[in-house]
Amino acid sequence: MADIISGIAEAFQLILSGDPEIYGIVSRSLFFSGTAVILAILWGTPLAMLIAMKDFRGKTVIKTVLNTLIGLPTVVLGLILFLIFSRGGPLGFLGLLYTPAAIMIGQAILVTPILVSIGVSAIESVEPEIMNLAQTLGASESQAQIAVLKEAANGVILSDIASFNRAIGELGVVLLVGGNIAGGGNRTDVLTSAISRATQINEIGLAIALGILLMVVVFMVNIIVVALRNANYIVELAKGPYSKLKRSRETER
Amino acid sequence: MTMVIAELKDVTKAYSNKIVVDAVNLQIHKGEILGLLGPNGSGKTTILKILAFIENPTSGEVEFQGEKVNFKNTEKTRLQSTLVFQKTTLFSTSVYNNIAYGLKLRKVSKETRDKEVKKALELVKLEGFEKRNAKKLSGGEQQRVAIARALVLKTKLLLLDEPTANLDPKNAGILEEVIDTVNRENKITIVMATHNMFQAKKLPHRIALMDGGKIKEVGTPAEVFGKLSKNLASFAAVDNTFTGTANPTVAGTSVVAVGNGVQIEITAQRKGATDVFINPQDIILSKTAVDSSARNVFKGKITEITDLDSLVKLKVNVGKPFTVQITKRSFNEMGLCLNAEVFITFKASSVQVI
Repeated sequence: MADIISGIAEAFQLILSGDPEIYGIVSRSLFFSGTAVILAILWGTPLAMLIAMKDFRGKTVIKTVLNTLIGLPTVVLGLILFLIFSRGGPLGFLGLLYTPAAIMIGQAILVTPILVSIGVSAIESVEPEIMNLAQTLGASESQAQIAVLKEAANGVILSDIASFNRAIGELGVVLLVGGNIAGGGNRTDVLTSAISRATQINEIGLAIALGILLMVVVFMVNIIVVALRNANYIVELAKGPYSKLKRSRETER
Repeated sequence: MTMVIAELKDVTKAYSNKIVVDAVNLQIHKGEILGLLGPNGSGKTTILKILAFIENPTSGEVEFQGEKVNFKNTEKTRLQSTLVFQKTTLFSTSVYNNIAYGLKLRKVSKETRDKEVKKALELVKLEGFEKRNAKKLSGGEQQRVAIARALVLKTKLLLLDEPTANLDPKNAGILEEVIDTVNRENKITIVMATHNMFQAKKLPHRIALMDGGKIKEVGTPAEVFGKLSKNLASFAAVDNTFTGTANPTVAGTSVVAVGNGVQIEITAQRKGATDVFINPQDIILSKTAVDSSARNVFKGKITEITDLDSLVKLKVNVGKPFTVQITKRSFNEMGLCLNAEVFITFKASSVQVI
């Protein structure tokens, strides 16, 4: 019991002292998982739109497989990726094993099923008339699809948040393909893997500090996304990076 | 000479072997209001979707402004024609963003957009509604936003699918006025589907009578309502339309026996086969027989209740089914429910002979 209390006290000391080692781990976690989710959004959103908006054979099968993959144990995916990226594996020549890139790719693959599954059901729950409506108001096929996506914005953003939460909290991929390297130029230790190591070497204070920071990060990111959503910033963002610019030009005219 | 803006030539549309539009030939004249009148499922909506170029015909051809429409690529043509759906569909954003959507696609500058949106809102009597959340408006207001969103585009062709079907009389009146105004002042060609004969008589210059995917007759309202009553009366889906045998009374009126013992008194002197129509809004509903000068009083039971925003639509079976519209407030105050016994009352002069 005394260990826990002194651990907690030490944890708060570490957090408040602004220890660069700890905040380095936090920023690596944010960067790796953030990039992974952006990657997943880039390929997952078009995939979700395709599955939700097009009719094709095997659609139900694909949806079921994706739903099942949501529960894929991270350690199994880590193992598969390890075998693929290891020297003798099919992508071994890329030399990605134990690099940040491997973590980001691995987490992006890990969250794709969540992102796509929630995205598909969000898009499918949009009123079916929206597509025709946009078209009759003059939209091209792709503009009409964007209109449908915007109607699904709440669900799509939820899928992004859920993906980020899963990515930043997973341990299997970062351990097996990241290697949890805590030194040198290409460090791959992140919050979860650092907690695991700190616990093993009995640095309870550090482990608790990292655990608290992990919770704070997840909480903050969620709050920020919800706040931006309410302020409509994300919808504005979705309209494209140039919309603000165009608007200022129009006012000048 | 009348200019033809659009023409359907032998247009057929089938969904998995079910033919919904059957070899239809129809010309739409520039500047007219053409009414598509027919029961539900007669193919009106499909024709509108084909004219909006968001549905392609299974066979046949469509000409628009003298050119054959290539349904494989309608992106450009779609900019010239717009459809307002029967089921009000709005984007979940502000009223402004809804109405400005089509203008943005047409790359209209913000300044012009603001002006046009304001004008369109004035037209549908929703001034100052720009910033409101479109989805939080009442049903009638929502449908007016949908119409404004179409009007603002100033397309060559404006297609309206049952624009007032689910609206209370006030909102329906506003919309009818708007339709009339944009047609007269902006010279916009309008095709509107309706199963409301009253409306079909009032707004359109010509009427195309549809049934079972086919066009039965085309003509002016006077022609269609005058000579072609047989076709009209065959529309079982048209509410409060009855066919019966008329007999003059000594008082100078006539009584039409429409079956099941229901006898409707009309002001016209008629003898023989007669079709009559009673506007649901002209019928008074009461729990006891009212003492009044109205000649037609029937006792019956409520068999169906439909909620329409501020109105409630009731089916009352008095031997024949009558549709009655009352405000929701009256409905609640009267404490009505299914199978409740009620009286319906209407004047002989409210009965229209068709």
